[in-house]
Amino acid sequence: MIDLSLLPDGGLAWLDGSGPASQLVLSTRIRLARNLATYPFGLRASARDRESILREVLAVARETVSLRRAVSFRLDRLGREDRQLLHERHLVSKELAGLEEPGVVRPAAALIVQDRVGVMLNEEDHLRLQGLVSGFALDQAYQEVDRLDSELGQRLPFAFHPEFGYLTSCPTNVGTGLRASVLIHLPGLVLTKEISKVLQGLAQVGLTFRGLYGEGSEVVGNFFQLSNQTTLGKSERELLDHLGKMVRQVVEYEEQAREVLLRDVPTIIEDKVWRAYGLLRHARTLSFEETMNLLSGVRLGVSLGLIDRVGLYALNKLLVYTQPAHLAATEGVAVDDPELNVRRARYVRTLLENEAGRRG
Amino acid sequence: MSDRRCDRCQEREAVIHLHRQTGEETVVLHLCERCAAEQGVETTISLGKTPVGSFLASMGKGLEAPGGVALAPGGRCPRCGATLSDFRESGRLGCGECYRAFEAPLRDLLRRLHGSSRHLGERYHAPGNGREPEPEDSRRLREQLRLAVETENFELAAELRDRLRALGGAENEG
Repeated sequence: MIDLSLLPDGGLAWLDGSGPASQLVLSTRIRLARNLATYPFGLRASARDRESILREVLAVARETVSLRRAVSFRLDRLGREDRQLLHERHLVSKELAGLEEPGVVRPAAALIVQDRVGVMLNEEDHLRLQGLVSGFALDQAYQEVDRLDSELGQRLPFAFHPEFGYLTSCPTNVGTGLRASVLIHLPGLVLTKEISKVLQGLAQVGLTFRGLYGEGSEVVGNFFQLSNQTTLGKSERELLDHLGKMVRQVVEYEEQAREVLLRDVPTIIEDKVWRAYGLLRHARTLSFEETMNLLSGVRLGVSLGLIDRVGLYALNKLLVYTQPAHLAATEGVAVDDPELNVRRARYVRTLLENEAGRRG
Repeated sequence: MSDRRCDRCQEREAVIHLHRQTGEETVVLHLCERCAAEQGVETTISLGKTPVGSFLASMGKGLEAPGGVALAPGGRCPRCGATLSDFRESGRLGCGECYRAFEAPLRDLLRRLHGSSRHLGERYHAPGNGREPEPEDSRRLREQLRLAVETENFELAAELRDRLRALGGAENEG
């Protein structure tokens, strides 16, 4: 079992709830897709190519200031539970972790991570550079990943075309290779049933949404990842400004929806958030999905000022540590342990009790 | 050339270049995104709902499908050996060189996916080379010109011819 405390910040800096607009926005992530000009792309690269890519990048990473204290993991040498743990931390994609059917990790799949930046190696693209920060902070996330990109690009020959820009395995990522995602909590829009209208509007302005775990994942706990759909024909700055503008708009809609709820159905809302709190505080068995949905209700209660017995950091911590692989690791049991839901309920109960006691 | 107005509304910038085969003749229609959508051509506006997969599956069928964007089949990538039909199946390119080997059809695809094929972001400077990597050379342009003519992308062909002329290598090209 890997010891995640080995990571400089435990890989959880993004959950500290300190970033801008943290009540609504959990984290901002920007990834840049890059490939080495000297090897075939992911799908056609042989196992030998992939080993050489990993060797070359690791050698350069050791000389890179942004990665001076980085830790690296070869996913193809980790067990399934460890890979799931890294995925639950949003450090690697489901594909890289080999958690998609048929559950095979591809040779030389690896992760390099330090503080707010990371590099996924031998995913669909040779390198996926990532910047991950707390709250709604597109500029900060971009600065982090841009610095890493410049440093690595000075030593590694990236595939670049004068007209098309950075070349990627899939043409949907070509150009800047930039995908910025803002993880946002939208219970107000879901409760007022305005959410589909908002999401449709986003699609019309070139944005897209995904669930908590990125591409192909379902929306749980009213968490949405909003991101840019296109990567070419606009500068990095334009892409980020556009996404930022639209996210601010969505934040405004969410705040309006919450005002409407508090004005028109205050008792229903108050009842809903306290019921969620009550269930989390006293239930004896909790599935992951139920936990996510109840945490969503409590989070809404906390940001509306209706519940003061728990803080954002504790809620964020629950969000991470009640995930199956995290809970199993904390409890020292297997992910498929039949008692996992009982253990989850006990974990949540204890944490909420301590938190309520601490806040007096 | 990128400032061309839409043939239909004469207002907005044309970003979609529709090749229509009528008997022996190919008519090129230059449309803005909105007019193209009204003509039933998929654009980024509708992409939000359309999985890229099904959209890729329709690639290359444009020649038979009236009103579709024409994408002719090409050869093999000289570097990795991938073909256009490999790309159509997997949705993934084989290597960086594929973007040159299939430049003309990819340019059309990129315009449909992103609304543009021109990178406006940061320029990359390869290690140990203070200049832009891959300066244009006439051999490559001639190859692109051949492909553009083959795929009946006459607008691109004209642009490539101009670029070749500027390089001083077009005198013998006819």
